Amino acid sequence: MSTTTTNLPAHGHDAHEAHDEHNPFHQHHFATMEQQFDTSKLGMWLFLATEVLMFGGLFVGFGLMQGRYPQEFLEAHTHLQKFPGVLNTVVLLFSSWTMVMAVHAAQTGQKAKLRMYLLITIACAVVFLGVKYYEYSHKFEEHLLPGIFYHHQATDSLPNSWGYATFFSFYFMMTGLHGIHIIIGIGLLTWLYIKAGKDEFSSAYFTPVDLVGLYWHIVDMIWIYLFPLYYLIT
Amino acid sequence: MSSHIETSHEEHVVHGGPLIYTINLVALLILTGITVGASFVDFGSANVVIALAIATMKATLVALFFMHLRWEKPINAVAIVAGFLFLGIFLMFDLIDIDHRRDPTPRNLPVMTEKEAPTPVPGSMNPLLTPAPEALPAPPAVVEGAKEGEGKAKGKE
Repeated sequence: MSTTTTNLPAHGHDAHEAHDEHNPFHQHHFATMEQQFDTSKLGMWLFLATEVLMFGGLFVGFGLMQGRYPQEFLEAHTHLQKFPGVLNTVVLLFSSWTMVMAVHAAQTGQKAKLRMYLLITIACAVVFLGVKYYEYSHKFEEHLLPGIFYHHQATDSLPNSWGYATFFSFYFMMTGLHGIHIIIGIGLLTWLYIKAGKDEFSSAYFTPVDLVGLYWHIVDMIWIYLFPLYYLIT
Repeated sequence: MSSHIETSHEEHVVHGGPLIYTINLVALLILTGITVGASFVDFGSANVVIALAIATMKATLVALFFMHLRWEKPINAVAIVAGFLFLGIFLMFDLIDIDHRRDPTPRNLPVMTEKEAPTPVPGSMNPLLTPAPEALPAPPAVVEGAKEGEGKAKGKE
């Protein structure tokens, strides 16, 4: 047990102990495994803060344009069906649960459970994208598209349909960017699944599982805000 | 001091656990049900407030338990809370800004005018600039004289 760790905060992370000198994942520029873990984690949280700001810009833009075109936005909302939105919310919340269970399994060294929960999480992500595909193809058929691609019989007679086009620009931008995050998440989860298959994670080293978990939860959190904004406010 | 740190390193504490996570999931699903239910009731303008308040509760539950923020070192919470803080500053200044604009719609986009050839504004450098303020919905009551200079300045952009 090394005593060089005494300069670290007392309530350090649990499973990362001081017998790190022998851990193959311990990189030389970190004093301890715990320091390495904490550094990765802080980096991840900073990344999540930039994610909040990136989506935040879109949310603020949506809010401002809703103030500009309240009537058009209200009408455009009616083109979104509630049921697929609710379904996707439930699927994503459940996948957040399976993800955190996967992290827990990794922390406690339950390798079979880790792989099982990762697999369920991937399956949920695929279901989410399937529902999105259904919704998008519906919008494409009706030409409820962003910007200059927007044409809809209900609004074609109006002098302009700026407000509707703006609404669908935001809709596709925000749900699309979120969808890209889901696709990246599937890639990361698959990578974890392969690594877990090679038996790379243990209660002493599970940083990638933990960090991908954080990423997956922020994607869920963004959906938690997207869902009422687009599907419920009528 | 050092003995205290030593013991904390000995503990194999795994925070959270299946029970807490499952309770959290159930709470999130119940909140989802409430917010969907509330969307069928007309509370007027309060609907938005209710929906966003419930969303914030859900996001907090996810952060505290699924993301372990409850047990995390405070520095991580500082990082993410700072992100939200700056988002708040961004939103605040945007709202102040929008209050002082006559019409925030960008005019230099050919959007919605492709059916009719865009007419350049006299004196404008931008050929795509559409005049058409009268074609747009009338801006909410504005004191013409007070905002005249601002409108002109915007037109030249």
